[in-house]
Amino acid sequence: MSVAPVEITRAEADEEALVDKPWLTIVWNDPVNLMDYVTYVFQRVFGYPKPKAERLMLDVHHKGKAVVAAGAREAMERNAETLHGYGLWATVSHDR
Amino acid sequence: MSEPSLPPEPLHPDDLAFPEEPITVFRATSRGITARFARPEAAIIRELVGQVVELVAADLPATGADDLAAMVGISDSAEVPDDPVLARLLPDGYRNDPDAALEFRRFTESGLRSAKVESAQLLLQTLPAGGGRVRLSADEAEAWLRSLNDVRLAMGVRLGVTEDFEQLIEDLEPDDARYGYAHIYDWLSLLQASLVEALS
Repeated sequence: MSVAPVEITRAEADEEALVDKPWLTIVWNDPVNLMDYVTYVFQRVFGYPKPKAERLMLDVHHKGKAVVAAGAREAMERNAETLHGYGLWATVSHDR
Repeated sequence: MSEPSLPPEPLHPDDLAFPEEPITVFRATSRGITARFARPEAAIIRELVGQVVELVAADLPATGADDLAAMVGISDSAEVPDDPVLARLLPDGYRNDPDAALEFRRFTESGLRSAKVESAQLLLQTLPAGGGRVRLSADEAEAWLRSLNDVRLAMGVRLGVTEDFEQLIEDLEPDDARYGYAHIYDWLSLLQASLVEALS
């Protein structure tokens, strides 16, 4: 199964910016959160259309985790904070 | 993740206030998102939500002498909670990086706690203690959604819920100490699923 494409915000194209790898918001699977609930949260928090939200949810469910957003570190932290408010387990990591 | 399963029979016959609706769930109507709770059902929800509030509102991180930091919810120190339920409700923001995780916690934990308490309080305000009809606006429904999820997270930790919960609930005997709790968890899963459906 392929991973759903993820929105990426990058600085204006220049060689130095390309070295500045994006940060990621990752959501981890857990046995309590309902599949429909997770899909709903992805739609609500990120504004993803339902099919994309569902694909990401299925990735979390089947693969144990999914990258749900990429971009600047602060934005990824805000995402994680918002997702924690919905009871999802989200973490921030540096894309390598 | 889990998919909700119908318990094989009602929780207790005495809990059925309205026999034609064997399991209380939310429905979207033209006048809002509604459900009718029997008295014991309302009592159960209020008790469990109250427990989450107690847990989350207690031991707010110690604030330092910096008043500005305190005002914006930054705490001097914040530690990973010892209580596994609290640790699940207030999870780490970084894996494999304790320093970053602590920094993240310092900045976000008290806001997260407040938000959870707020959702819980809105739920308690909109659920009559004696049960009855509940009619929710979209905002109130969202608060119920998050609060019910917090309750299920807490119960999930206590029950040791895994992906095989459906197997667990099938195997539990009525004389098992976890039986009632597991069936309540199962019902709340259905209730929350119905709320997601009504909001979609």
